[in-house]
Amino acid sequence: MAVRQILLSTELPVVACCATGCLEVATTIYPFSAWEIPFIHNAFENSAATISGIETMYRALKKRGKIPADRRIGFIAFGGDGGTYDIGLQALSGALERGHTFTYVCYDNEAYMNTGIQRSSATPVGAHTTTSPCGELEPGKRGYKKNLTQIVVAHDIPYAAQSTPAYYMDLINKANKAIETEGPTFLNILAPCPRGWRADTTQWVELGKTAVETCLWPLYEVIEGKYVLNGVTQRIAEGKAEKRPLEEWLRMQGRFRHLFTEKNKPVIQSAQAKLDKDWERLKAMASL
Amino acid sequence: MEMPKTLPLNGDDAAAFAMKQIDPDVVAAYPITPQTELMQSFSQFVADGEVQTELIVAESEHSALSACVGACAAGGRVMTATSSQGLAYMWEILYIAAGYRLPIVMNVINRTLSGPINIHCDHSDTMGARDSGWLQLYGENPQEAYDNTIQAVRIAEHKDLRLPVMCCMDGFITSHAVERVDLLDDSVVKDFVGEFAPTHPLLDIEHPVTYGPLDLYDYFFEHKMQEIDAMSHAERVVREVSSKYSKVAGRPYGLLEPYGMEDAETAIVVLSSTAGTTRVTAKEMRQAGRKVGMVKIRCFRPFPRDDLVKLLDGVKAVAVLDRSDGLGAYGAPVFNEVRNALYDHDRRPEVVNYVYGLGGRDIGQADIASVYADLADIASTGKVRQRVRYLGVRE
Repeated sequence: MAVRQILLSTELPVVACCATGCLEVATTIYPFSAWEIPFIHNAFENSAATISGIETMYRALKKRGKIPADRRIGFIAFGGDGGTYDIGLQALSGALERGHTFTYVCYDNEAYMNTGIQRSSATPVGAHTTTSPCGELEPGKRGYKKNLTQIVVAHDIPYAAQSTPAYYMDLINKANKAIETEGPTFLNILAPCPRGWRADTTQWVELGKTAVETCLWPLYEVIEGKYVLNGVTQRIAEGKAEKRPLEEWLRMQGRFRHLFTEKNKPVIQSAQAKLDKDWERLKAMASL
Repeated sequence: MEMPKTLPLNGDDAAAFAMKQIDPDVVAAYPITPQTELMQSFSQFVADGEVQTELIVAESEHSALSACVGACAAGGRVMTATSSQGLAYMWEILYIAAGYRLPIVMNVINRTLSGPINIHCDHSDTMGARDSGWLQLYGENPQEAYDNTIQAVRIAEHKDLRLPVMCCMDGFITSHAVERVDLLDDSVVKDFVGEFAPTHPLLDIEHPVTYGPLDLYDYFFEHKMQEIDAMSHAERVVREVSSKYSKVAGRPYGLLEPYGMEDAETAIVVLSSTAGTTRVTAKEMRQAGRKVGMVKIRCFRPFPRDDLVKLLDGVKAVAVLDRSDGLGAYGAPVFNEVRNALYDHDRRPEVVNYVYGLGGRDIGQADIASVYADLADIASTGKVRQRVRYLGVRE
């Protein structure tokens, strides 16, 4: 869903690279390919490195006159939270630091979904996954979700943003900006996975909206270092809309069901406290 | 200024010079001893505008080769270089590069694989990649490092092949030893490698292609057969390109390089710089009337089985020198391939294995002479006391 919106957002012809994961295996089962644009899948952790090579060849061939000087092509690297937050972090950091002109799109469904819902550093605290299951001793994943957007912003790139497909205009606008901006750009997209999150498929839009309305997944951009809050997130910051309690998000999903016991209540409390702290910090950054 | 015909260059600089004359579209690399000088030389060429190459100084070898895959699939000529742990870090991408039929050319400066860590020469790194689908050429000295790099481009890009090629040279022994290197003119090199002709480039946006789909058990095997089929043409392609290059450069190149094999009763089969030591030793022994010979394997992948069998026909005893071991195997890699090749042959010689030089342990003429002495013993008695031996290790 998000991919289609992203590709629709720009008139530039685009070459895409995708890391191993749900997106790639679902869209390219030989002899079929859902991609009507040039596409490459290389390996799991190297989407950003692969796109670096493609983008560099484009510049090399332009320099030699083998590609017309006025031909603009966009380069998009896709990766799940698996191929981005964890195993793909090195390649992403390298590509951002070298300054290639490309857009990295992370579709974050908060676990290694393709291989069977295993925990990633993007998995929220308390979530049950197959490698961080809730059991007699453990309350699901220990440790908070890594803030990848902040790590990317620390690379001082021209544009980074968070979005989610439930707010499709937000996503399309951000994708358009990201793809058309010179230099490295980054989109971190919360991609609800009803299967992995143990929710009904019909709920996926509601899940996205709730994540934003609880300020768990704020919609924001960092444009040349300047923080801008968007849409609902901005209205909540201004006090014009309600910030919903995290519990409402947790109740929607089976992966958090075990948290609603006396024993595990502290997990919810600490998760809410962390969320609030991060939200205050984001608002402070946006007010600079 | 007129172009120099001859320069004193070490192996790293010789390969870098060849890369300069080839002027690839993209190079993506990461430093590792003893490859570092090669990339540093090449980086200076880039910085001085002596090449048009776009250089990606990647943040790791895994990303370097991944970028090479992207760049080559995008539709241009791509080269890189590494050693040891760097090659090991690239390992999964090696198979992808070959599987996607990308004609990437990579110099591998042979250095042992850790652990423990050691920066010196042996062949454990490239031997570990012998089934990856990459061709492997081993250069004995800086001259061969230069010549192999140029030939590798044309071999890799040959329309009947389109497989990546590794040009190997011994770490420090060749990479850091300065020797006289005869150079071709820039225009001759450009002419020899020709223009890159992309197949299914990603940057041809009017004709979109998908690289690397999910290939399940209903199709994978047939697709792998295409790669296997391509490799079956490799021997012919290497032979053809080497022959053409020999005419252009005036230096002979083939798959194997025999010495004294016209009448040799015993022979050593060896790769890379140790061939030089072996040849000198064999020459002295031949001058003293001993019928000894040597076969240097220049092209290890594809393995030149037929030519090797022909050369070893009638020989009584053969020692295969391996600069890496196959732990748990019956003998080391090259020994296994040589003995296997001879298995069907009626007049097959007795074949023994010497593993030597691990971690850069030196091998000299005395060692080689002792091997020939062992072979003489085997030839006269017909007895093999020990099939696999370790040469140069302190017992």
